[in-house]
Amino acid sequence: MRKNEGGGSVVWGLSQVRQVGRSAVRPVVRPAFRAWLVLAALSIFPGVAAAESASSIPNMMRPEATPAHQIFSLTLFVLLITGAIFAVVAGLLTVAIIRFRSRNSGTTIEPPQIYGSTQVELAWTVVPVLIVAVLFLTTARIIFAIQDAPKPKNALDVTVVGHQFWWEFRYPALGIVTANELHVPVSPVDHPQPTFLKLLSADVIHSFWVPRLAGKTDLIPNHVNTMWIDPHKPGLYLGQCAQFCGAQHAMMLLRVYVDTPTEYAAWVRNQQKPAAQDPTVAAGRTVFETQACMNCHRIAGTAATGTFGPDLTHLMSRSTIASGATTNTPEHLREWIKDPAHYKDGALMPAMQLSDQQLDQVTAYLATLK
Amino acid sequence: MSNLQSDLPMPIHGTLESDKARRSSTALLEWLQSWVVTVDHKRLGILYILYSIFFLLVAGAEAIFIRIQLAIPNNHFLTAEVYNRFFTMHGTTMVFLVGMPILFGFANYVVPLQIGARDMAFPRLNALSFWLTAFGGMLLYFSFLGGGLYGAGNAPDVGWFAYAPLTARTFSPGNATDYWALALIVSGFGTLGTAVNIIATIFSMRCRGMTLMRMPLFTWLYLVVSGLTLVTITPLTAAQFMLLIDRYLGGHFFDTQAGGSALVWVHFFWIFGHPEVYVLVLPAFAIANEIIPVFSRKAIFGYPAMVAASVGIMFVSLGVWAHHMFTVGMTSVTNAFFVLSTMLVGIPTGIKIFNWIATIWGGRVRFQTPMLFCLGFLYQFLIAGLTGIMLSVAPMDWQLHNSYFVIAHFHYVLVGAIVFCIFAGLYYWYPKATGRMMSERLGKWHFWLFVIGFHITFDTMHFLGILGMPRSIYTYQPDRGWNTLNMVVSIGGFIQGIAVLIFAYNFIVSYFRGDVAGDDPWDAWTLEWTTTSPPPVYNFGEEPEVRSRRPLWDLKHPHDTDWEYEG
Amino acid sequence: MSTASRGMDLPAEQAWKLPSRGRVGMLSLIIGESALFTIFVVAYIFYIGKSLTGPTPAQVLEVPILGTICLLSSSFTIWRSEHAIEHGRMRAFAGWLAATILLGVIFMAGTAIEWHKLIVQDGLTIRTNLFGTTFYSLVGLHATHVILGLSMLSVVLVLALLDRFPASQSERFAVIALYWHFVDVVWVVVFTVVYVIGR
Ligand code: HEA
Ligand code: HEA
Ligand code: HEC
Ligand code: CUA
Ligand SMILES: [Cu+2]
Repeated sequence: MRKNEGGGSVVWGLSQVRQVGRSAVRPVVRPAFRAWLVLAALSIFPGVAAAESASSIPNMMRPEATPAHQIFSLTLFVLLITGAIFAVVAGLLTVAIIRFRSRNSGTTIEPPQIYGSTQVELAWTVVPVLIVAVLFLTTARIIFAIQDAPKPKNALDVTVVGHQFWWEFRYPALGIVTANELHVPVSPVDHPQPTFLKLLSADVIHSFWVPRLAGKTDLIPNHVNTMWIDPHKPGLYLGQCAQFCGAQHAMMLLRVYVDTPTEYAAWVRNQQKPAAQDPTVAAGRTVFETQACMNCHRIAGTAATGTFGPDLTHLMSRSTIASGATTNTPEHLREWIKDPAHYKDGALMPAMQLSDQQLDQVTAYLATLK
Repeated sequence: MSNLQSDLPMPIHGTLESDKARRSSTALLEWLQSWVVTVDHKRLGILYILYSIFFLLVAGAEAIFIRIQLAIPNNHFLTAEVYNRFFTMHGTTMVFLVGMPILFGFANYVVPLQIGARDMAFPRLNALSFWLTAFGGMLLYFSFLGGGLYGAGNAPDVGWFAYAPLTARTFSPGNATDYWALALIVSGFGTLGTAVNIIATIFSMRCRGMTLMRMPLFTWLYLVVSGLTLVTITPLTAAQFMLLIDRYLGGHFFDTQAGGSALVWVHFFWIFGHPEVYVLVLPAFAIANEIIPVFSRKAIFGYPAMVAASVGIMFVSLGVWAHHMFTVGMTSVTNAFFVLSTMLVGIPTGIKIFNWIATIWGGRVRFQTPMLFCLGFLYQFLIAGLTGIMLSVAPMDWQLHNSYFVIAHFHYVLVGAIVFCIFAGLYYWYPKATGRMMSERLGKWHFWLFVIGFHITFDTMHFLGILGMPRSIYTYQPDRGWNTLNMVVSIGGFIQGIAVLIFAYNFIVSYFRGDVAGDDPWDAWTLEWTTTSPPPVYNFGEEPEVRSRRPLWDLKHPHDTDWEYEG
Repeated sequence: MSTASRGMDLPAEQAWKLPSRGRVGMLSLIIGESALFTIFVVAYIFYIGKSLTGPTPAQVLEVPILGTICLLSSSFTIWRSEHAIEHGRMRAFAGWLAATILLGVIFMAGTAIEWHKLIVQDGLTIRTNLFGTTFYSLVGLHATHVILGLSMLSVVLVLALLDRFPASQSERFAVIALYWHFVDVVWVVVFTVVYVIGR
C-alpha cells in the first residue's frame, strides 16, 4: 500500500489562484479576510482542528483540489455570516430572558402590553433580505464556477459506473477497466490536468464522494452526470458512496490515488497489459472458468468476460478487495471467495461452494493477476 | 404556580371527583368501548397523543439500537439488513406516527376549545381519520412480524425517502416496501381527513365575535398547516400509488430499464417531503405562540406579521423542494434558483423569531416547564435554521448532502424544535385535559437532562458530517477519525432516553397524583381556559362570545381590555 | 356556561354568519384532490414520447368526443337539478339528476369500450410501455372519481324517488354537485393532456 501524503497546513495559500482550462477561479473572499476566517472557523470547529493530523480522514475542511477549495472558502464565508447572525440573535434572546425574568413570583401586576410596531417589523424584514441577497450572489458565483467550468483539451476522461456495492472505472481513451480504486494524475496548479468523471449507474442511485477533492455527485441509472477533480497533491484520498443504495451501502468505499506523472504512466502501462498467464496456476484458471466465476467477472485475454462483478484482470494491483471491505491479501481473497458474506453480508457475489482444494487453486491463480 | 382563580368574576370548580365517580361506577369494558366509539374531539385528541407518545418510545428505542451499533467502528451488534430496517423505521415512525399524529392530536384537542366550538365540524370523519391513522401505524409495524399478507414480510429497509429504483421489485423483493407504501397511504387518508376537518372547523365553527384576525395564533397556524397538508400529503399518496402500480401491476413509472426515470420519484418525494417538514414545524410554532406570551405575561408582538409570515412560509415552502437534490445533476441555473427560493424561507422565519424575542422583551418571564422547553426551542431552532441556510448553499450541500451534518440539521429541527415544543405543549395543556398538574420537579429534570443529551448528541453530529461521515451506514472504518465522536453521540442518545423515560413516568403518575389544576392554572388568555378542567363533553355551557384575541385578558382586566388597542 | 361573555355587555354585533362546513370541507378536499391529480398529470406529461416500445398514443388513441360531450353536459344537468331542489321542485330535481347519472354512465361506457379496444385490439396494457402505464393510471384515476360520484348521485336519486331526500337537504346536494363539477373540470385537463397534447 502506498504511504499517505499530506498532513500539511490547513490554510490555503493566499497566492494560489487556480486555473482550470481557461477559467481563472478567484477566491470568494478577499485575501485580507482569509486568515481571520480560518481562525474563526477553527474556533467554531475545535473537533475539526484537533483531528487535523490524520490524513486518512475525509475531512472537507482540508481540500486538495479546486472544487473542494472553492467550497471550502465559500464555507468559511457562510460560517462567518451565519455565525454573526447567531451571535446577534442569540445574544438578544439571552439578554431578553435575563433582563426580563420574573423576579417577584408573588406579583400579579402585569407588565405593560405592547402589541407590535410596523417600523420594527419592517427593519427586521429588510436586513435579512439584504443578507440573503449577499449570500445568494456569492453562492451563485461558485455554483457556476464549479459546475460550468470548461473542459480543457488535456483533461483525462474516466467513466464511473456505480454497482451495488462497488465501483467500476473505465478509461475509454486508454482501454483500461478497473474497480474500486481510481488512479488519476496529479494536477499541479501551474499546469493543470484535471480529470473529468462521467457518472453512470448499473442499478440504483449511488453517489461519488471524496470530500477532499470535490463535492459529491449522484450516479443515477438512465441519466448521465459529470463532475471534475484536479488534485494538487499526490496521495491517497478516501471517500465512499453517499447515497443509500441497499444492504451494503456502508461498505461501498472509494479510494482515489493521485499519482505523480511517472507513477501514473507506470500504472497505465501495467493496466493496459493483458492478464498474466502463469502456467503454474493453470488449475486455478480452470476452476475460474468452470465454476461460473467467469459469468460475472472479466479477465482480459481469457474466456472470462462477465460484467456483473469487478474486472479482475489486474486484481493484485489493488490494495483492497470488495470495495474496501478488506485488504487484498491471499488469505483474505480465499476467505472472500469461500464466503463473501464474511466480509460483506449482502454483497451480490454468491458463495460458490468450492472445495478447499479448488479454493486454494483459484486463489493462487488470482494472486498472479498483478 | 400562580392561580388567579380568585380574580375571576366567577368561581370555577374542579370536576375531578364527579369524573372519578362516574368511572368507578362503569365497567371497564364499557369504559374502553366508550373510547373506541367516541367521536368527541377531546377524546380523539387524547387518543392521538397517547398513540404518538407510544410510538415516540418505540422509534426512540430504535434510535437507541442505531446508536449502540454506531458507538464503535466495525461493530456487529446489528447486521447490515437489520440496521437498514431500523433507521428506515425510525425515520418513518418519527415523522408519520409521532410527528403528524401528535400535532393533529393537539389540533383536535385545542382548536375547538380555542374557537369556542362544541366539537369539530365533522365528528365522525374525525373518528374515522384517527382509526385510519392508527391502522396505518399498525400495518407498518405488522411488517416486523415477518409474515402476514403474502408470507414474506419484513420491515422496510429503503430509507424513509425510499428512492427509486431501490424500491423496484428487482432490488426490493418481498413485501417490505409494500408495507411502507400501503401503511403510509392509509394513514395519509387519515391525515387528509383531519386536515379537511380542521379547515372546516376553523372556517365554520368559530364562536360569535371571533373574526379571523381575532383567532388565537395557535388556531391560525393550524389553519395554515392544514391547508399545506392538503397539498403535501396527496403528492406522496400519488407517488406511492405509482410505486404500487409498478410493483403489483408491472407499470414502469420508475422503471429505468423501460425508459422510466428514477429522478421523477426523487422530485415527487421531495415535493411532498419538503413541505412536510413545515407541516411538522408550523404546529410547533403554534404551540410556542401560545406559551411564550403567557409565560412572558405579554401579548404576542406583531400578531399580523406572525400571520403573514406563516402564510408566507406556506407558499414559499412549496417551491423549494429541489434543495434536497443539489447533487442529482440539475443545471447550474436550476440549482441557483432553488438556492434562492430556499434562502427566502429564512426571511419569514426570521420575522417569527424576532417577534418571539420582542414578546419576551419587556415581559416578566416565568420559568415553568412549558416555558423552559420553549426557550430551548428558540435557541435550537435558530441554530437549526442557520445550518439549514448552510445546506441551502448548493456548493456546501455538495459536500454536506447525505452526511451526518444533514442528520444533525434535521434532528436539530425535529427534536430541538418540534419535540421540544411538543413537550412544552404537553406540560401546558395536560392540566386542561386531565384536571391535574404534571410535576414541576420532574419536569425540570426532564428538561435539563433532555437539553444536555440533545446537545451532546446532535451538536457532535455536525462535526462527523464535516469529517465526511455519510448517513445510512451501519458501520464505519476505524481509521476515519470518527470513533470518539460517534461514542459521544451515542452517550448523548442514552441521556435523552433517560429524560424521555422521566417524562413518561411523570405523565402517568401525575394523572393519579398530580395537584388539582383548576380551570386556569397558567393564568392564560384563550377560551379553553374558561371552561372546566377537564372540559365537559359539550365544552361550553353557553356559546362564548369574544371581542379580542385574548378574551380572558379582557375578562381579567375589565378596565384595560385588548380590544381598545388591537389594530 | 360561558364565562367569556360574562361581564362584557357586547354591543349587538353584526349578524354572525359563517360559511357552511359542508362546502368548506368539500372545497378543501378538492384542493387536496387537485394536488393528487397534478402529480399524475405531471408524470403523464413528463413521460410523453419516452416509451421505448410501441404502441404510441398517435397509433392507438381515438378522441372520445361523445363521452366528453356527455360528461361536460352533465355539469349543466346537475346544475339544473341543484336549482330545482333549491326551489323545492322535487320532480324536476329527480329528472335532472337521472339525466346527470345517465350522462355519466354513457361516459363510463365510452371509457370501457375504449379500454377494451386498447387491450384486446392494440395490445396496450399497463405493462406494455410507459404510455400504457401513465395512460391507464391517469384515466383510471379519473374514472374512479367518476364512479365514486355516480354512486353518490345514485344514492341520492334512490332516496329522492323514495321521497326520503327532502328539499331541506339542498345544501348537502350542493356539496355533492360541487364534487361532480370538480370531476368534470379534471376531465378537461385529462382530455387536453392525453388526447390533445399527448397524441
Ligand atoms: C421541521 C423540520 C425542518 C425545518 C423547519 C427545516 C428548515 C430548513 N431546512 Fe431542512 N431538513 C429537514 C427538516 C427541516 N428543515 C429534514 C428532515 C431534512 C432531511 C431530509 C432527509 O434527507 O432525510 C432537511 C434537509 C435540508 C436540506 C437538504 C440537505 C441535504 O439533504 O443535502 C436543506 C438544504 O437546503 C435544508 C434547508 C433548510 C432551510 C434553509 C430551512 C429554513 O426553513 C430555516 C429558516 C430559519 C432560519 C434561517 C433561522 C432564523 C432566521 C433568522 C434569524 C433571520 C436571519 C437569517 C437569514 C437572513 C439567513 N434542509
Ligand atoms: C421527529 C423525528 C425524529 C426524532 C424525534 C428523532 C430522534 C432521534 N434520532 Fe432520528 N431520524 C429521523 C427523525 C427523528 N429522529 C429521521 C426522519 C431520520 C432519517 C431516516 C432515514 O434516513 O431514513 C433519522 C435518522 C437518525 C439517525 C441516522 C441513521 C442513519 O442514517 O444511519 C440517527 C443516528 O444517530 C438518529 C438518532 C436519533 C436519536 C438518538 C434520537 C433521540 O432524540 C431519541 C430520544 C428518544 C428516546 C431514546 C426514547 C426513549 C425511550 C426508551 C429508550 C424506552 C424504550 C421504550 C420501549 C421499549 C417501549 N436518527
Ligand atoms: C453472481 C455473480 C458472481 C459470481 C458467480 C462470482 N462473483 Fe466474484 N464478485 C461479484 C460481485 C458483484 C463482486 C463485487 C462485490 C462487492 O464488492 O460488493 C465480486 C467481487 C469479487 C472479487 C473482489 C474484486 C475486487 O476487486 O474487489 C473477487 C476476487 C471475486 N469476486 C472472485 C470471484 C471468484 C473466484 C468467483 C468464482 C469462484 C466469483 N468471484 C464468482 C459477482 C460474482
Ligand atoms: Cu452505493 Cu450507497
Ligand atoms: Cu427541505
